Amino acid sequence: MLTECGNVPTPELLAKTRAELGLDQPFLTQYGRWLGDILKGDMGQSYSFKIPVIDKLKSCFFPTLELAIVSLLLMLLVSIPLGILSAIYQNRWIDYAVRGLAFLGVSVPSFWIGLILLRIFGVNLRWVSVSGGSTDFKSLILPAVTLAISMSAKYTRQVRIAVLDELRQDYVAGARLRGIHESTILWRHVLPNAMLPLVTLLGLSLGSLLGGTTVVEIIYNWPGLGAMAVKAISCRDYPLVQGYVLWIALLYMCINLIVDLSYKRLDPRLREGA
Amino acid sequence: MRLNFFRTHKQFTIFALLALLVIGVAIFAPLLAPMNPLEASMDDSLQPPGGKYLCGADKFGRDVLSRVIYGTRTSLVMALCLVAVIFVIGTVLGILAGYFGGIVDGVIMRLADMMISFPGLVLAIAIAGLLGPNMVNAIIAISAVSWTKYARLARSMVLKIKGCLYIEAAVTIGTRTFDILRRYILPNMITTMIVTAATDIGTMMLEIAGLSFLGFGAQAPTPEWGLMLNEGRTYLAKAPWLMIYPGLAIVIVVVIFNMLGDSIRDILDPKQEP
Repeated sequence: MLTECGNVPTPELLAKTRAELGLDQPFLTQYGRWLGDILKGDMGQSYSFKIPVIDKLKSCFFPTLELAIVSLLLMLLVSIPLGILSAIYQNRWIDYAVRGLAFLGVSVPSFWIGLILLRIFGVNLRWVSVSGGSTDFKSLILPAVTLAISMSAKYTRQVRIAVLDELRQDYVAGARLRGIHESTILWRHVLPNAMLPLVTLLGLSLGSLLGGTTVVEIIYNWPGLGAMAVKAISCRDYPLVQGYVLWIALLYMCINLIVDLSYKRLDPRLREGA
Repeated sequence: MRLNFFRTHKQFTIFALLALLVIGVAIFAPLLAPMNPLEASMDDSLQPPGGKYLCGADKFGRDVLSRVIYGTRTSLVMALCLVAVIFVIGTVLGILAGYFGGIVDGVIMRLADMMISFPGLVLAIAIAGLLGPNMVNAIIAISAVSWTKYARLARSMVLKIKGCLYIEAAVTIGTRTFDILRRYILPNMITTMIVTAATDIGTMMLEIAGLSFLGFGAQAPTPEWGLMLNEGRTYLAKAPWLMIYPGLAIVIVVVIFNMLGDSIRDILDPKQEP
């Protein structure tokens, strides 16, 4: 941190900085003080940005939240219809097409998609700025699309498997025998049941999105949590890394709790059982 | 008989041959590459594709084609090492957790939970960043976050097998615990574990390329695809060939190994739906 300006720091300066940051104290004292400060809502000062960690986290969280929500919506819009279609028309051309696309999507690295999109829309068509850094809606589109492409490939497969699993159940055969219309079976019986495993997955992907989508954020120079975490790690900005870890842990806890609670709403069996 | 096997499993045969081809490219890289991948000639800096350089030259005038060919070595070796490491660690820990239960189970599985409740890539970056960025540390970092999948799978299978009558019989006649694990439990679960490992090779290649792309994996001047993409990122506008060819190489190889993994799964574990 002190070598930033290209000078080798003197021993006196090192000692002074250590004392200022409290790094000369024993490990447990440092940890105890950190914990105490957390309880007071103070996460300490970031070494490299020289501002309170909590402010930095806050300023990075909103761009990440924006990106996460837009890309999740895009992903759901693409993958749920495609997954359902491909399950209904299993082993027909539409299923093969969807499966092929999903397969390709899983195999293409997101950073390559990002670079290609940036080349086409940034360099060739000049629709967006290549350097990035802003958070307006126009520069949100490409990162969101990049994320959505790689996520929807995975999600489409899951939707397809979940719907196929339900279609194979006995109650579907029963409903067909009783002459219930195929679309009623699908909308009233199959889809609500297929949603349960998908909600879990959705919760997990929301969690990892909110933790920051490192690669995409770095390519598009999007000022989010993932890019910040990488920067903090590479300049050994420990208070910021600690704050980030704490933040992620809280986030995952909340999301898991919400997912668990939503099970009870979605599946009446769980409400009575427990 | 043997010929019949290849005839009935066409998909497997085709992709096994292609995978062998990729491995062949990695082994015979010095014979195939038209130029030395490390030799710089500043006169040819950023030469477009054509003529002497079939895929163009990078900023130091190094031949992109030769670097892509040599990159096969790096990517393949790293991905196979990585899969081997997480396969062994995950399986062993999973078996221990599943068979012995109690405290062993508690410690291993809580450790796994800890790893899962965190964005994998960020954790891998943190580990790679703290250990110092190089290829071995990249493998350590990704294994540290990926073994959990294997441990969970192995544990759940051991729990299922443990209830079988033949294990009870083995315990009753006084078979040593190690022999029970080795002779009765491991053979009954190894197929599923191998299938998982085979389908994971492609994903692991992407992870490694991603880490290198961010600068936490292979270091310059090693020819590695992720790193090459990162180097090409700067010349997005001026020299798109720097990012097109390494990206294509990643996609092709990952598709081949994913398809191979899928067909191995179809052969060994026909119950699972694609």
